[in-house]
Amino acid sequence: MKFAVLVFPGSNCDRDMYFAVKDSLGEEAELVWYQDDVDLTDYDALLLPGGFSYGDYLRSGAIASTSGILRQIIKAADEGKPVLGVCNGFQVLLEAGLLPGAMLPNRDLKFMCHFEELVVENNQSMFTRQYAPNERISLPIAHGDGNYFCDEATYERLQANQQIAFTYAANPNGSVGDIAGILNEQGNVLGMMPHPERAVEQLLGNEDGLRLFQSIVTYWRDHYAINA
Amino acid sequence: MPSTLEVNPEKIEENRLYAEMGLSDQEYDSIKTILSRRPNYTEVGLFSVMWSEHCSYKNSKPVLSKFPTEAAHVLQGPGEGAGVIDIGDEQAVVFKIESHNHPSAVEPYQGAATGVGGILRDVFSMGARPIALLNSLRFGSLKHPRVKYLFEEVVHGIAGYGNCVGVPTVGGEVQFDDAYAGNPLVNAMCVGLINHQDIQKGIASGVGNTVMYVGAKTGRDGIHGATFASEELTEESESKRPSVQVGDPFMEKLLIEACLEVIHHDALVGIQDMGAAGLTSSASEMASKAGTGMEMNLDLVPQRERGMTGYEMMLSESQERMLLVVETGREQEIADIFDKYDLEAVAVGHVTEERQFRLRHHDVVIADVPVDALAEDAPVYHQPSQVPAYFTENQERDPYYPVIDDLSETLHALLKQPTIASKEWVYDQYDSMVQTNTVVTPGSDAAVLRVRGTGKALAMTTDCNSRYIYLDPETGGKIAVAEAARNIVCSGGKPLGITDGLNFGSPENPEIYWQMEKSVDGMSEACRTLNTPVISGNVSLYNEAHGGQAIYPTPVVGMVGLIEDLEHITRSDFQEPGDVIFLLGDARPEFGGSELQGLLEGQHFGQAPELDLETELARQQAVQQAIAAGLLQSAHDVAEGGLAVALAESMFTNGLGCEVDVDGDLTTELFSETQSRFVVSVAQENVAAFETMVPEAKQIGTVTDSGVYTLTSSGRTIVEEPTTSLRDTWKGAIPCLVKSKA
Repeated sequence: MKFAVLVFPGSNCDRDMYFAVKDSLGEEAELVWYQDDVDLTDYDALLLPGGFSYGDYLRSGAIASTSGILRQIIKAADEGKPVLGVCNGFQVLLEAGLLPGAMLPNRDLKFMCHFEELVVENNQSMFTRQYAPNERISLPIAHGDGNYFCDEATYERLQANQQIAFTYAANPNGSVGDIAGILNEQGNVLGMMPHPERAVEQLLGNEDGLRLFQSIVTYWRDHYAINA
Repeated sequence: MPSTLEVNPEKIEENRLYAEMGLSDQEYDSIKTILSRRPNYTEVGLFSVMWSEHCSYKNSKPVLSKFPTEAAHVLQGPGEGAGVIDIGDEQAVVFKIESHNHPSAVEPYQGAATGVGGILRDVFSMGARPIALLNSLRFGSLKHPRVKYLFEEVVHGIAGYGNCVGVPTVGGEVQFDDAYAGNPLVNAMCVGLINHQDIQKGIASGVGNTVMYVGAKTGRDGIHGATFASEELTEESESKRPSVQVGDPFMEKLLIEACLEVIHHDALVGIQDMGAAGLTSSASEMASKAGTGMEMNLDLVPQRERGMTGYEMMLSESQERMLLVVETGREQEIADIFDKYDLEAVAVGHVTEERQFRLRHHDVVIADVPVDALAEDAPVYHQPSQVPAYFTENQERDPYYPVIDDLSETLHALLKQPTIASKEWVYDQYDSMVQTNTVVTPGSDAAVLRVRGTGKALAMTTDCNSRYIYLDPETGGKIAVAEAARNIVCSGGKPLGITDGLNFGSPENPEIYWQMEKSVDGMSEACRTLNTPVISGNVSLYNEAHGGQAIYPTPVVGMVGLIEDLEHITRSDFQEPGDVIFLLGDARPEFGGSELQGLLEGQHFGQAPELDLETELARQQAVQQAIAAGLLQSAHDVAEGGLAVALAESMFTNGLGCEVDVDGDLTTELFSETQSRFVVSVAQENVAAFETMVPEAKQIGTVTDSGVYTLTSSGRTIVEEPTTSLRDTWKGAIPCLVKSKA
């Protein structure tokens, strides 16, 4: 399986994502610079890494969401390809309208970085199928604008459609409904603030994030690999 | 034209305008001699920044020359952007520490942020990828609202910059003492990783080669920053806010990636960042090092503001700028690489054979001075030195011995001391994990990062107990190096070398100069014994706030060590119930400069703890040996607050308990800060092997799962406290101080 890691100016978790896929997951990964002349249909999954694209100027993720390559990302998402946005990548997906809601600064107005306990709310998605229902996992967070916000109607819709993938066991940032990660309606786009790519090796803490990537691989194998 | 509005050379001399730029009469005269004429306004500016203490080390050079700087594993000692040490497998570690004290005192957010930016550039201009940031901070008491503001904004600034560029901030230290109330210290350290073949130098060789300017445009910010950094803070310092640069970490991130791409291009000859004294220092130093000269046309320098004079451009300290020398005719190849990152690389001059530094602006030569006169020929001052009265008085005093009523209360009170208390409030704001190499995150003795693709890791720390150094600079200097090494050793590493961040008051005060000399003597001796040469560093003098109150002498030690095998990575916290706790080293009643003294007396006096470097080395080697043999579950040095605090700190992460028995004088055993001591824990099955290997180690207790911290002596319980209660005290202290309204 071949993953593309999209790199925007100011992305800084791109290599982490790349190493997670290549070394820990053992699948193919390529760093794709946002201006490269590439065809994203050559990749089986698209990963939008964390960082500070365009310095988070204007709003987190706002400028990157207007770059040309987003058209291809939106197309891939529409076609059902797995698209994962982590941290700043999640913010880009929100700004691009691929996921509902918006990000506010953390409740305490401070950047925070530590492991945070999460609850797997939906273990049926292509990103979470390796987790047990309501499993508690621990992933690092590292963000200043991770306070997820949406209006009540949207929140109800997210709940009704099982679009809430992860919640925080102890809400660190003020997010509506303790939300840590959400899916789009089709379930093939996941945005999350915690960093699964930072939790793929025991040496660095735990491997709870690895199963997220493994979920994508098993899903892909089940659905496509037979034809490949 | 603006430059014609500048004062003419005669007026400069007549009105002693050079003095306003920080030059003495004598220095002005020697410039006249060098040039055989009066310098014009721009030239006076060039000399004033290049001859400032910050750039020339004119007052500290005689002292700095004492440092041992060589060892077989040192690939690059002081003199380049940062020092380089071999770590095997054709890889090397690059590191340096730098101060940003004065800017942070007047504009804490930007002062701290640009301090981080500057030290990053020093490291990636060597060709290394920055892999870690650390910092060493000093503030006054958090009870003062102004100090609270400085503390919060400095941390905010470090986080804002470091997090954005994607380099993890993995460690450091924060201490609080009234000595820093008006003059906080902000020292930032950067560690980079490089392949031997990629090591770059800041040289302008090859006559005819092109000088290229890359990065942010030049604005009027930071003009005379180096000079500002080389004088005391005064009431007017606030008005020097314009001397503080403004950082753009996004631009820096682009520069990092572009520069690390450019170093692989064979058209690149030399690269250096524009740090203190901006374009002036980078350009003149590159030429001076290469034995060449340089000519630049300032009309070509990218400018952020209209109507900038040559003087302003040359003295601006606008951030995120680099200077490159590239093979002539191949400028476009270099420009193309920067273009990918939306950065403009512009040819602004060329390397000349004649060793002059010649600047043109609007078709007029506005400066024409010998390159070496700027970069090499600054005066060197051997300042008079004098033993301070306070030192003699302290040495003659009877040793201080504290009287305490309640051991548990004392322990709680010590854990609440801001210098000992958990710094989680600080480091939680730093992204300590980006780049996914951080094995041991902030809060342990030293941070540990694995070297990806190898079985090795790097340990790193910053240390400096300035109270000891104030009381006894020579012993305190030794302790600073020894303690840093202890932290590296406890993490499983072998100390490799240090970078020194020397922060002192005015060198023109003989007593301060004495502090510098003595502390450097002590540090040098420790560096020689522990085989940790000084490979880079920074000097920040004139750290005196309103009214001539100098800071404590604070020579910060930044140390990096090599962990040969990931298996050797050791943590400072207890791991498993049942493990046996050992103590290396006996306590003596040493309380001068201790946390307990500060707590009880509100000041520090008497004698600093002694340090015997041979004992230190032997114990460090014993711990290293035991770790290499796989015998230790945890290792922690006994530092501020003594054994009682060291034991408590060892329990917090895993919420375990301990039962420890102490005999002898309890105050001394529990709270003395006698040096060269370690608390280690050993699994039951390894106890015999450990005792054979380290016969000096004394069994003092066991790790339990009770969640209770229990100390006994002569059969009776003397302290019994739930770990959670101690942890709450320790964790809550700083958030509580920050939130409280003064």
